[in-house]
Formats: sequence, structure tokens, C-alpha cells
Amino acid sequence: MLGQNEQNIKKRMEGRVAINKVLMVLFGMATAVGLVFLVLLFYRVLTQGIGYLSLDYILNFPAPYPEEAGIYAGLIGSVFLMIIVAIFAVIIGVATAIYLEEYAPKNKFTEFIRVNIQNLAGVPSIVFGLLGLTFFVYMFNFGYTLIAGGLTMALLILPVIVVAAQEAVRSVPAEIKEASYGMGASKWQTIARVILPAAIPGILTGAIIALSRAIGETAPLIIVGAATAIYTLPESLLAKYTVMPIQIYNWTGRPQEEWQYVAGAGIIVLLAVLLLMNSIAVLIRNKYQRRL
Amino acid sequence: MNKVMEEKTNKKVNQRTAKPEVKKERIKKEKTNSIIEVNDLNLWYGSDQALYEVSMEVPEKQVTAIIGPSGCGKSTFLKTLNRMVEMVPIVKTSGSIKYRDQEIFSSKYKEEYLRTKVGMVFQKPNPFPKSVYDNVAYGPRIHGIKKKEVLDQIVEKSLKGAAIWDELKDRLNENAYGLSGGQQQRVCIARALAVEPDVILMDEPTSALDPISTAKVEELVQELKEKYSIIIVTHNMQQAARISDKTAFFLNGELIEFADTDNLFQNPHDKRTEDYITGRFG
Repeated sequence: MLGQNEQNIKKRMEGRVAINKVLMVLFGMATAVGLVFLVLLFYRVLTQGIGYLSLDYILNFPAPYPEEAGIYAGLIGSVFLMIIVAIFAVIIGVATAIYLEEYAPKNKFTEFIRVNIQNLAGVPSIVFGLLGLTFFVYMFNFGYTLIAGGLTMALLILPVIVVAAQEAVRSVPAEIKEASYGMGASKWQTIARVILPAAIPGILTGAIIALSRAIGETAPLIIVGAATAIYTLPESLLAKYTVMPIQIYNWTGRPQEEWQYVAGAGIIVLLAVLLLMNSIAVLIRNKYQRRL
Repeated sequence: MNKVMEEKTNKKVNQRTAKPEVKKERIKKEKTNSIIEVNDLNLWYGSDQALYEVSMEVPEKQVTAIIGPSGCGKSTFLKTLNRMVEMVPIVKTSGSIKYRDQEIFSSKYKEEYLRTKVGMVFQKPNPFPKSVYDNVAYGPRIHGIKKKEVLDQIVEKSLKGAAIWDELKDRLNENAYGLSGGQQQRVCIARALAVEPDVILMDEPTSALDPISTAKVEELVQELKEKYSIIIVTHNMQQAARISDKTAFFLNGELIEFADTDNLFQNPHDKRTEDYITGRFG
């Protein structure tokens, strides 16, 4: 009796173990699909672009011949744009998150705003481009300038930053907030001395990931009029500008094969900047987490 | 209580809740140095009433224990004394709590001020993710003390007050998260002392600690009552009997009995108190 029971268990166990193995293989294959395409992408970009990548390429303005063309205007334009985007989006985003999490009354209206900010994060970027065109380019009369592009991009990633910052603020343990209030700290003192220091890794990680998204965006900037070929660096907020993705997009559209390689080199630079930004995010996170 | 004061209190009750409460006749007690006076305190979480007509006078520089089964409102009552309970947005209160003859529910009375005078130690040790020094210096800093020498003195005095200076004097720059639970809790007590409070509320401060750490905290409570009035919520009746001068027994949101600890344990007046302390329920 006992023996048979044991045999039944053994039989069923073999089935369970087998299912586990099959699933492991399936999940591994799913991971492989992503990895394979990533490797292919890197391979294609590197083989096409590496030949044109040089210090000259990084320091040259666009030119009519592929051999002389460079991404300098786009690179510096992207950096300037990101600085503007970071300043506006992070300040407004974090302030919004603090208001929603700590000050706003917990009612249906606040919840409504919260849900809609999340929805806003999913709105196609081209819609933000149209918004920027209406407000910044025409209404504020900034024209096709760096500040118009920067503010449009700031709006685009604002919802992402708000959501990330809200999550970071919410994840600060209630116990340490209580400890602060329990000693007579005001709300702002508690926010500045307890909540923000604990939330900063999450906020910065979210902000940099949002900026990485912005640096690769093309569509909204085409609408708010980033230039395609420009031979000077932007000298003020009201100057014309271009950014790397637009420059790359422009090159890929040309019929001669060499321009594809020039574009490939541009993609390498863009990816390198992205990688740099993400590494900074990881470094910041590790630095602050060690202090915890 | 004179007429004018009584009228004021009633007015306050009316302001704070829609339904006016009828004042109950209270047995007059001799006013020997009570530091906190609670009168007809009711409290609701939304529509659930958690405290019913609680009135008691907390003596100065003594240990007052609050006992009762889980969910009887003892923690809620404790947190009402420094208005921490209002961190839950749906809380409503009526009645009066006077700290040193001042009504703490008055709109003019700042909760920040109250909490510097009525400090709190929580159930779970909750140090900040900062160094021991920064933890203890947190309170003085938020109240505007910046000078290093002054802060140094306060930190040393507070850690000594919490009987943990000798253990930690060489580890002041270490993160408080790296300490044992018992050490963390005493750092939290030191942190509360650094604000120089008058009253210390303790919400089951030893429930997360091992027996040795518990003994240390209990010893500390005995030392602290020289200078501070202590109100301690405890789940542990032996602890209440060991360390408190007065004990209040709560049941289902009501204060059933409040008496000298020896009296309450040896000669309870109420049947429910007797049942609880003899272990018939709870």
C-alpha cells in the first residue's frame, strides 16, 4: 500500500520536473530572441559605422561630402537640449511628485490626477511635438529654437519623471517619517531631511532613464523645427540647433550608400552617450544605496 | 474646573465634531502634579469609533503603563497625546487633552511644538539611515542648532541618558542600521531625549527586542522617570507591573480602570480588569 503510494508520487514528480525543464528552455529562448536582435543591431551598426568614426567625425560639422561630415553640431545640440530638459523636467517633476504624495489631500480628485499623469506617460511623442509647436513655437513666439525644443522635450518626459519620483517618495518607509514628525519636524523639514535623501536614488535613476528616452527622440523635434543641417553651435537659448537623432535621420534619407555609413557612425556616438548616461545612473544609485 | 474653562471646553467639542457630547460628571481627584489631562476623549477612524469618553490624568515624573488586549485602542490613545494619530487623514476627535494646562487640540496650538515637548519612541526601532551622531543630532538640528560643539554636547548627553554612550562612543559615525535591534531602540530613545522633551510616549518599545535588550530598556525607563514623565503602552502585563507607577487598562476603546499599579494588579475594582490580568482573555 505504502509502496504503491510512493510510486505514484514518484511518477507525478517526474512529470513536474519535466514541465519545469521545458519551461526553463522556453523562457531561455524568449530571452535569446531579444539578445540575438541586440547583437545583430550592434554588429550592423558597428561594421557600417566604425569606418567613419574618428575624432574628426566627432568634431566636424555636417558637410556635403561623406568623408568630411561630422556629428559635432548634433552632439553639442543634444547635450545643450538635455541640460535644458533636465533642469525643467526634474525640478517640476520632483515638485509635482512631492505635492501629490505628501501635501495633496488623499481624495478622488488627487487620484484622478495621479492616474492621468500615468496615462500622459503613454501619449505618443508626436502629440507633444504638436503641443510644443502650438505653445512654445507660436504662442510664446520662441520660433524654431533650442528653448522651444527643450521645453517640448521637458513636457514629453515630465510624466515619466513624476511617476518615477512618486514611486521613490512613496517607498520611503513610514516609520522614519513618523520618527521625524515625532520630534516636532515640520512637513518641509521632514521632506528635505528624510524623504528626499532616501528617495534620491530612485528619483535620479528615473530622471536619467527619462532623459535617455529624450535623447533618442526624433519626431517631436522635427515638428518643433530642429534644423537638419547647421554649421554653428547654438550660442543662446534662442538659437537654431540640431540633435543627433535628427542628423542621423537626415543622413539615412540620402541616396548614396556612403551616407548610410556616416549615419551608422552617428548611431555609435548616440549609443555611447546613452550608455554613458545609464552608467552614471547606476553609479549614482550604487553610491547612495551604500550610504543607506 | 471652573465655569469659564468648562464653557471653553464645550465650545471646542462643538467645533470639532458635528454632534455635541454631553459632559459626564467626573469623580474629582486631587490634582497632584498631573502633566497631561484628558477629558472625554472620543476618536473615530472614519465611521469606526476607536476611543470612547476617555478621561485620565497622567502624573508628572512617573511611569504610566497602558495595558489591554490587541485592538483596544491603547496605541491610538498614546498617539493622540502628541497628535501623531492625525497622520491618518480620516481621524476625527472630540474632547480635550491638556498638556501643562494648554489645550493641544486648540487651533492656535502648533503640533510641531507639542511634539518637541511630548516625544515618542516607536514599536519598531526606526533610526534614520544615517550615522548614530546624525540620528541623535536630528532633533536639535531641525530646531535650529547648528554649532558643532553644542551638538556634540547634546549627542553625548542624550546617548548617556539612554545608557548607550559607552557602547557607541567610538562608533558615532557608523550607520545606525548596522546596530543590533536593542541598540537601535536605545539610539531612538537618545534621539527622543535630544529634543529635551517633557513627556516620552513609548509604544510597545520592547516588543521587537530580545529579553536582554528588553531588560536594558526597562532599566532605562526607571532611570528616565527621574527627569521625564513616561507613558508606555505594553502588551506585557509583567512589564507593566515591573516598571510602572500607575496603570491604565483599556478595553474596546474604553478606559476601564486607572489606578496605582500595585492596586490595579492586586486589587482590581472592575471584573473585566480582573479577568484580563488573571489571563482569562486577551
